[in-house]
Amino acid sequence: MPLMYPLVFAAFLFSAGVYGVLARRNAVMVLMSIELMLNAVNVNLVAFNAYLRDELVSGQVFALFVIAVAAAEVGIGLAIVLLIFRNRETVNIDEVDLLRW
Amino acid sequence: MNLGAFAPILAMLVLAAAFAVLSIVVSAFLAPHRPTRAKYSAYESGVEPGRLPQGERYPVKFYLTAMLFVVFDVEVIFLYPWAVVFRQLGVFGLVQMGIFVGLILIAYIYDWKRGGLEWD
Amino acid sequence: MHPLAQATTQPLPLPEVDWRAIAPELALAVAGVVLLLVVAFWPRAGRGVLAGLTLAGLAAAAALTVWNWDLERVAFEGAVSLDGITRYARAVLLAVGALATLMVAQGDSREGEPDDSPPEVFPLLLFALLGMVLLAAASDLLVVFIALEILSLSLYVMAGETRRLAAQEAAMKYFLLGAFSSAFLLYGIALCYGATGSTNLLEIADATGDPTADGTLLLAGVGLLAVGFLFKVSAVPFHMWTPDVYQGTPTPVAAFMAAATKVAGFAVFLRVFAGALGGLVVSWRPVIAGAAVLTMLVGAALAVVQTDLKRMLAYSSISHAGYLLVGVAAAATVPAGVSASMFYLLTYAFMVMGAFMVVQYVSRLGPPDDDAIGERSSLEDYRGLARRHPWAAGLLAVFMLALTGIPPLSGFWAKYYVFLAGIEAGLTWLVVVAVISSVISAFFYLRVLVVAYLQEPVGDPGAETAPGRTPALGVALGLAGLLTVAIGLAPEALIAAARSAERILG
Repeated sequence: MPLMYPLVFAAFLFSAGVYGVLARRNAVMVLMSIELMLNAVNVNLVAFNAYLRDELVSGQVFALFVIAVAAAEVGIGLAIVLLIFRNRETVNIDEVDLLRW
Repeated sequence: MNLGAFAPILAMLVLAAAFAVLSIVVSAFLAPHRPTRAKYSAYESGVEPGRLPQGERYPVKFYLTAMLFVVFDVEVIFLYPWAVVFRQLGVFGLVQMGIFVGLILIAYIYDWKRGGLEWD
Repeated sequence: MHPLAQATTQPLPLPEVDWRAIAPELALAVAGVVLLLVVAFWPRAGRGVLAGLTLAGLAAAAALTVWNWDLERVAFEGAVSLDGITRYARAVLLAVGALATLMVAQGDSREGEPDDSPPEVFPLLLFALLGMVLLAAASDLLVVFIALEILSLSLYVMAGETRRLAAQEAAMKYFLLGAFSSAFLLYGIALCYGATGSTNLLEIADATGDPTADGTLLLAGVGLLAVGFLFKVSAVPFHMWTPDVYQGTPTPVAAFMAAATKVAGFAVFLRVFAGALGGLVVSWRPVIAGAAVLTMLVGAALAVVQTDLKRMLAYSSISHAGYLLVGVAAAATVPAGVSASMFYLLTYAFMVMGAFMVVQYVSRLGPPDDDAIGERSSLEDYRGLARRHPWAAGLLAVFMLALTGIPPLSGFWAKYYVFLAGIEAGLTWLVVVAVISSVISAFFYLRVLVVAYLQEPVGDPGAETAPGRTPALGVALGLAGLLTVAIGLAPEALIAAARSAERILG
């Protein structure tokens, strides 16, 4: 498979994530869009790893770390969103506006 | 390619679909229709069904538990590659993985002690 | 034979574990874990005990840093490098960590009031410092990423440590934008890996010198890396989160963020851009220089219109990031750029910590604020401060003048060396912009002093409550003030130490 396919796919995935972060109001949806971006990175890393025939499999190892860190990030992100929801009954980021953006 | 090899699978699919459709149709005709309240309530493994009034979301504690699950669960991805090369890494790998799992254990103990695992 | 089966017959080369090289990091990690267990098994431990343990951990890390001072090597197969940047950043970060511990220990509750912030802030502080110190030493993009996440994840939680709505809001904004920028950084890392075949900075440095390498891919990767780093050090146009986050978070955490994150962020910025990507300087220098211009001017201009001191300090930190970017832009071709930037980070860290300490002190005057924004940091609260609290006002003056860059305080020398390096690198136009921005910034720093010294206090002075006993904050304020003045009077020794940081091991 040419390297171009996964790279273009990852670029689309990343762009979809960026769009989601910028366009969504719901903090949980923003979180999911960030996950899309991270997974686009994983596709890239694994594709490059295969293309380069990297003997150290750096790309795959990196992808594992990205997955693990993404899980930790989601954990903290959801915790913060829950905290806000308990106090304000909303998770819409444009309604959380005590401080000016 | 010999498509004949897929014939049993196709037959299986058709049979399964036919059985599903037939059961629904037949039971609709033959079964007695005497609804009660209990029959219409959701089945939740014998637990008293929790009410979710209109527009209400799941209680926060479900999210908390799910979050903890995700955080602890994903750490397993480091165990798989280790398991693949377990023999070559030998004692070195065992010690390293011991440190890793030990740190997760400490996080778990912390979570437990601070009440992160309490349901109520 | 199946490829996997084939692979398993080969012996695996085991990496060499160089415990000594990462001894300070290990000390921080152990201290953090111990504190976590203390919090778990003894939830009612006093803040004094926890702060004492934290300081003990920092002292151990500092002792190990001194032990390792003359070590110059690349450890863990090139994942971590010990060089001048590493040791200088370690020293500065541990000092900043100690001051932040004192500020956190003080908290914002007075005697007899229940403490609002949870004890977890101490282990989190240690974990954040661990990430920062590791980030400064990271010589592989994988370690850069992990260290960055260790520090970011700790800081996200620290930002929301109190029950104030504003703190929680700040935590959410910091988290969302931080995670967003991490994704850009990661995409950049992935492209750099694809273009050079390695995530190791030394190997990337070799590959970027190779003309046959895929230029487009690499340049796209470098661009995304720059976006990620510029986000983290809050440079314009990626600065939007900074004012909200600094204003909303509890003052001790904001101080720690402002000082320590900048030190670690710029250390890795220098190592990656001036070190590993030094061969591509022609390509990235215009971008960094442009960001520097925008950052200096926008930061200074927006600081002028602020009426809240914490928010003003946030914009001021943005404009300081701009001066530091001048150092980064110069550093690739002029080694003095590296030492000037490191020295700038040292002085800036203490100035900005000190300014936030005064904010923390003043927020204790007057009745506790119940409204959502929380802490009292409006400029109104500083009216007539000199008459009511001459010491606090005096220290405020020291920090404000140092941030402006008035000789003989430390801020002057910091700017002086960075500007010198900029001129040496042929970036005279950039230095001219920096001087203009300094002049603009003098306006808002001095305005704070005008409010504190020349205006009458508002309202009934009797209504003001006593700040309560503030031993920890007092010590921290004294140290920050002393350092700011002392560095200003004798900068030579420290700039000489910074010169040893000029050789980047990659």
